[in-house]
Amino acid sequence: MTVTPASAATTTATATATTAAPASLAQVVRRHGARADALIEVLHQVQELHGYLPPEALREVATLMRLPLSRVYGVASFYHLFRLEPPTAHRCAVCLGTACFVRGGAQLARRLESRLGVELDDPAGNGTWAVQHVSCLGACGQAPVVVVDGVLVTKLPVDQPEELEERLDAAGLPRPATA
Amino acid sequence: MSVVTLRVNGQEVAVPAGASLLEAARAAGVELPTLCHLEGLTPVGACRLCLVAPEAGGRLLPACATEAAEGMAIRTDTEELQRYRRMAVELFFAEGNHVCAFCVANGDCELQDVAVAVGMDHSRFPYRYPHRHVDASHPQFALDHHRCILCTRCVRVCDEIEGAHVWDVAMRGSQCTIIAGLDEPWGDVEACTSCGKCVDVCPTGALFRKEDTTAEKHPHAERAELLRRAREQHQWSNQ
Amino acid sequence: MPVPQPESPARQLRCCGASGCRSAGGDALLAALRTACDADATEGLTIKPVGCLRLCGRGPLVACDGPEGTRLYGAVPPERAADLLAAAREQGAEAGGARAALESHRLDLEHPFFRLQRPVVLETCGQVDPESIDDALAHGAYGQLRRVLAELTPKQVRDEVRRSGLRGRGGAGYPTGLKWDTVALQPPGPRTVVCNADEGDPGAFMDRSVLESDPHRLIEGMAIAAYAVGADRGYVYVRAEYPLAIERLRLALQQARRKGVLGRGIFGSDFSLTIEVRVGAGAYVCGEETALLLSIQGQRGMPRPRPPYPAQSGLWGAPTLINNVETFSAVPAILREGGDWYAAMGTEGSRGTKVFALSGAVRHTGLVEVPMGMPLRTVVEEMGGGVPDGSAVKAVQTGGPSGGCIPEERLDTPVDYESLLQLGSMMGSGGMVVMGETTSMPVVARHFMRFSVNESCGKCVPCRAGTVQLAELLDRFVEHRAEAADLERLEELCGMVRATSLCGLGQAAPNPVLSTLRWFRHEYEAALREPSHCEPPDTCTVGPDGETRGYAP
Repeated sequence: MTVTPASAATTTATATATTAAPASLAQVVRRHGARADALIEVLHQVQELHGYLPPEALREVATLMRLPLSRVYGVASFYHLFRLEPPTAHRCAVCLGTACFVRGGAQLARRLESRLGVELDDPAGNGTWAVQHVSCLGACGQAPVVVVDGVLVTKLPVDQPEELEERLDAAGLPRPATA
Repeated sequence: MSVVTLRVNGQEVAVPAGASLLEAARAAGVELPTLCHLEGLTPVGACRLCLVAPEAGGRLLPACATEAAEGMAIRTDTEELQRYRRMAVELFFAEGNHVCAFCVANGDCELQDVAVAVGMDHSRFPYRYPHRHVDASHPQFALDHHRCILCTRCVRVCDEIEGAHVWDVAMRGSQCTIIAGLDEPWGDVEACTSCGKCVDVCPTGALFRKEDTTAEKHPHAERAELLRRAREQHQWSNQ
Repeated sequence: MPVPQPESPARQLRCCGASGCRSAGGDALLAALRTACDADATEGLTIKPVGCLRLCGRGPLVACDGPEGTRLYGAVPPERAADLLAAAREQGAEAGGARAALESHRLDLEHPFFRLQRPVVLETCGQVDPESIDDALAHGAYGQLRRVLAELTPKQVRDEVRRSGLRGRGGAGYPTGLKWDTVALQPPGPRTVVCNADEGDPGAFMDRSVLESDPHRLIEGMAIAAYAVGADRGYVYVRAEYPLAIERLRLALQQARRKGVLGRGIFGSDFSLTIEVRVGAGAYVCGEETALLLSIQGQRGMPRPRPPYPAQSGLWGAPTLINNVETFSAVPAILREGGDWYAAMGTEGSRGTKVFALSGAVRHTGLVEVPMGMPLRTVVEEMGGGVPDGSAVKAVQTGGPSGGCIPEERLDTPVDYESLLQLGSMMGSGGMVVMGETTSMPVVARHFMRFSVNESCGKCVPCRAGTVQLAELLDRFVEHRAEAADLERLEELCGMVRATSLCGLGQAAPNPVLSTLRWFRHEYEAALREPSHCEPPDTCTVGPDGETRGYAP
């Protein structure tokens, strides 16, 4: 099992902590001694606390680390794994790396869009589910792959529609509600 | 003070050690087009207009951000460089919404001047007409993102000269945008001292004074250097 | 090659616990094996989690060692755990029966995929338990660091690396020894070593496998490098998309500190080194070295012009040595066997071995480490087994978004830095994606250009705006509405973006277009709209996603 990039930060932050997970933003910053170079690490952990990076939290990070607001926002918005809006309850990432692409990743993305009624890379999704693309998960040996709420689902049979739908059912992706 | 000698378009020049290729070119009487570069601010080498070709071959070098070295020989106006410059200007025009006729900087705009200098009268690349906005929340100034070319002069002057660091670049790639504070209305950002340096150094009509209308902007890009010299060397020439 | 082997337990089952096999059910299988093993309290049989066993496409993989040799099983469901245990035990009726039952899962270790491999970087990958420093030590880890600190001067270490002919495995192929010398010979002052583990090329998973399988090898290589250049501080910059790699690397660093392999006065010498992990946050451009350094400093990963090179002025202005995972990981073996030994493998200009990640339209997907200079055809057709449906290979993509597509008729080219460059591609970090007949090349080019649009940092105009225009031009070809002038514009803009972009990402972004234009120009020409009449809609096969899949005869 592996984790989506979207939640990778969570795992890595967990892996960082040799001590207990911090309970507050101030603790996070204190742990890094407010060193400016720790900004990305701090943002990872703040995202773990809140699920995303709300403006109030960014303001507090800037204040505690004595950094300009615009610099903190500039960094937070540069890196695609940082979320500036609250995440949907469920998330799915579809890999569009080259190996997945060769094995039908783009078709898979279209399939997910129509199945969930969402637009690729729209963070709001359908309100419950959002689908984002990722550029490569390094799981090229098992292409094509998607990650559903943190679980990697591999070798999806894009050319066999029925089997594909069953695999997506098994992965926990809802089917469109029939009218 | 040690000196390095080099050749610019075949002509020998001597410049102080540590000088840039841009300074060397100017010493040789050669003007290179620039947009992101501004004397007094740290060079970033982003607009790629001042690229020069080493005679020895190899990659093109941004003159503003490359130190002149002893024995170097560069060309500044090969046919290839001229083509590249023109294309770079076309890309600038195509990626924003630049309508000179209505622009506050018409007639005093570095982008416009560069377009004339490289002979660009239209873009062969389709205009992208991006959806951008205007921030007029500041009592004295406004920022029209349609005209921003992301040269980052405003970011640098505010950080390096004024020390307020109101501005920065957010997002990335074609989504890049200049932001104030946490991507807030400029007028709400307490860090801003309303000094107007960003407006002074903006090469286009993106940053302007509210009282100026079409073709009324008169920037003072030279102020960055004057202020830096005053601050660092205690020499005042802005009388 | 004499790899130090611990006294091998008579019988053991090695289960791949790298992320590929985990996602295929490796965790469940390992748990089932442990439960079954506890249940019948078998003596003398070890169940060991290890790293990558190479043939990722057939995971989960289990290697079964015994005095009679090793057998490898693939795609084993947890229900077969008891069979695996029985098969791993001594010969006998029961074992025989179990082996027969597992025969369909058995993988042929004599297949060229395994037989032609020459493991150096991967020599203990799949052998050691990546979460145990004791196991790593038993396999010889840190032996070279100990020896180097006791016996060699920094210069002697650099000489050995220079003699090996090792070149940077991150893509550009800069001579490693030369880079180390440059850093070492800077004016006195602090220095830093940085490992670039921001493996972002789609189709590349070599570094991920090394980090997940044998992190102590990387740490040892970095420590030797730090000694050789006089650094006392190190960083490993890993992409956040690799959580398991990060977890194992952090664990390994913690273990190394506890064992005194890192820290102050290592092995009783006066050499000290601390290494920290820095995790990226989803930006491909941070694989570019100047962007990577800014990201370590907590900033936006926007490249800056070079010179000055990081070797002169890097992290916080100090001379900084940057190599990638595979480069550092080759160092312990080079020191152990000697630079000449390493240089004897490979070709004149490209010495040693290279790890490739084989994927795409190919039967056997996974990791291969082969001597440089092996023909591409051998890798793709013999080792990889060709396209699964038996049809012909159309092209092989190397070098990711900075590389190109090598057509079938050039597959006899030896894999080395210069040959790939001559073909308009590049070695890159080692991703090799095989494409079959149904893949349309303008679509491939657009795929990579969209990647570059998405990953451009936005600092310089050729990359920020040029890639957007290129992607739009490619849309016209993919959608069969291009005109002859578009082809000209495409080539001209490619040339401009390549020549004028600030960093490697922008400079290389046009490569997939240029290489497909070079080898598959007819596909672009076929996509031109006839000015006089409309293209009949049935001349191309349009896939369900609206993308052109290929051209009808």
